[in-house]
Amino acid sequence: MSAFPRGRTAIVGAAVTGIDSRPGFSAIELLARAALLALADAGLTPADVDGVFSTLPEDPFSAMSVPEYLGIRPRVVDSTRTGGSGFQVQAMWAALALDARLCDVALICYGSNQRSGAGGLVRSGGAPFPYEAPYKPRNPTTSYALATQRHMHQYGTTREHLAEVAVAARKWAQLNPDAFSRDDLSIDDVLGARMVSDPLTVRDCCLVTDGAAAVVMTRADRARDLANKPVYLLGAADATWHRNISTMDDLTVTAASEAAPRAFAQAGVSPSDIDVVELYDAFTINTILFLEDMGFCPKGEGGRFVSDGAIAPGGRLAVNTNGGGLSCAHPGMYGLFTMVEAATQLRGQAGDRQVAGARLALSHGNGGVLSSQAVTIWGTEDCL
Amino acid sequence: MSVVIHPEAEYAAFVAEGRLMLQRVRGTGEYVFFPRVAQPGTGNADLEWVEASGDGVLYSYTVTRNRPPAEDYVIALVDLAEGVRMMSRIVDCDLADLTIGMALRARAGAVDGTPAILFAPAEGPAA
Repeated sequence: MSAFPRGRTAIVGAAVTGIDSRPGFSAIELLARAALLALADAGLTPADVDGVFSTLPEDPFSAMSVPEYLGIRPRVVDSTRTGGSGFQVQAMWAALALDARLCDVALICYGSNQRSGAGGLVRSGGAPFPYEAPYKPRNPTTSYALATQRHMHQYGTTREHLAEVAVAARKWAQLNPDAFSRDDLSIDDVLGARMVSDPLTVRDCCLVTDGAAAVVMTRADRARDLANKPVYLLGAADATWHRNISTMDDLTVTAASEAAPRAFAQAGVSPSDIDVVELYDAFTINTILFLEDMGFCPKGEGGRFVSDGAIAPGGRLAVNTNGGGLSCAHPGMYGLFTMVEAATQLRGQAGDRQVAGARLALSHGNGGVLSSQAVTIWGTEDCL
Repeated sequence: MSVVIHPEAEYAAFVAEGRLMLQRVRGTGEYVFFPRVAQPGTGNADLEWVEASGDGVLYSYTVTRNRPPAEDYVIALVDLAEGVRMMSRIVDCDLADLTIGMALRARAGAVDGTPAILFAPAEGPAA
């Protein structure tokens, strides 16, 4: 059992911006706008920040460029690059740094203009892997399609099950005024959409949007003096099993099966206690895999678990309540958006999509091609 | 059975000759793929190159769809008889006949002019 500082740090400010993808902003401008919104939400300014946890898709040196841009001379910096899970990893390190009094106010922030600026996917991923690249996989889609096909073969998961995930995400998005895609979407629409990489259609794949997000964390003692209801970090854990899909042992089991039990143990809660589940849904198979791996349903049952609108508004489990990467936003790396949505739900400020009485939320990040899995568990004051 | 010195470059050179070579740990006989300077986990650097049997089984696949005139192609993960897995392409196989678990056979080929080890159904035309 780790000595994670359960409940000793909290989110006190959170924001997303730029999802509507209006051209003209650079990635760092979007990041800075989100950071300032999150700080204002907490009643703080850049001068209060002494820990900067930053990510920009195309800037390996964001740990210096973001403090420079915001006018911060941080005592602690980090720019973990595990892909979309980096933000949950950063929340873990931020909690440890805050608890050790290495810093007092931590800013976790991200921005991307990949839709309006780059005219396509921002290349944020490292060198090509010489043992896959010659075959011209179209990643990340190829890798997730391989995992999907294997899950269908092994467990009888169907394309209808996958479509249920996309439709549920869309129904949540229709309750979120910030979501990018809010048109009606049916199971048949998903099944009939253009095939990209069998068995995934374009509607099984996440959006490509701009967007920026930020959260501000501080120690619990200070958090109680600030404007917002603190959202306490109860557990955080990550696990990394591979980088490239061809080296993943079993394409139906991700490292979330290791990270989630550690995070749950730190938090002292179990999956059935969680009111709001925010998963990194870059593809429809993700939601199914992660629900299984984190213990919300048995391995192999994810497809049947999500059927009949079970994870849509009014279903048995509230999953991806902002509309997820499939329908809300996916600016290259989506992980921080799950954390902002978890905080929004626990603060009771989610408007039409608010899950009544939400006390415990899980925010998950997935990086690479099912490679890095990070799980954070957040709670309201009465969970301490 | 040469000594492994430059795994990435030597593997590429084998592929250019149309050969599928694997690393094997001397002493234990365990295979290593992708090629590395040492066995993952143990760090054992006592590796030798050996010719793969060329037999494999389809672990998973996806049809990469393209807008014409570009052609669709099949990306696959193949479990080799030696117990390691590699990415490849499946050729000479109707899409309707693709089945996870089907027996495959390696062959020398090329992807867009670049030499590559490809796989076809085991009962298909010989290499």
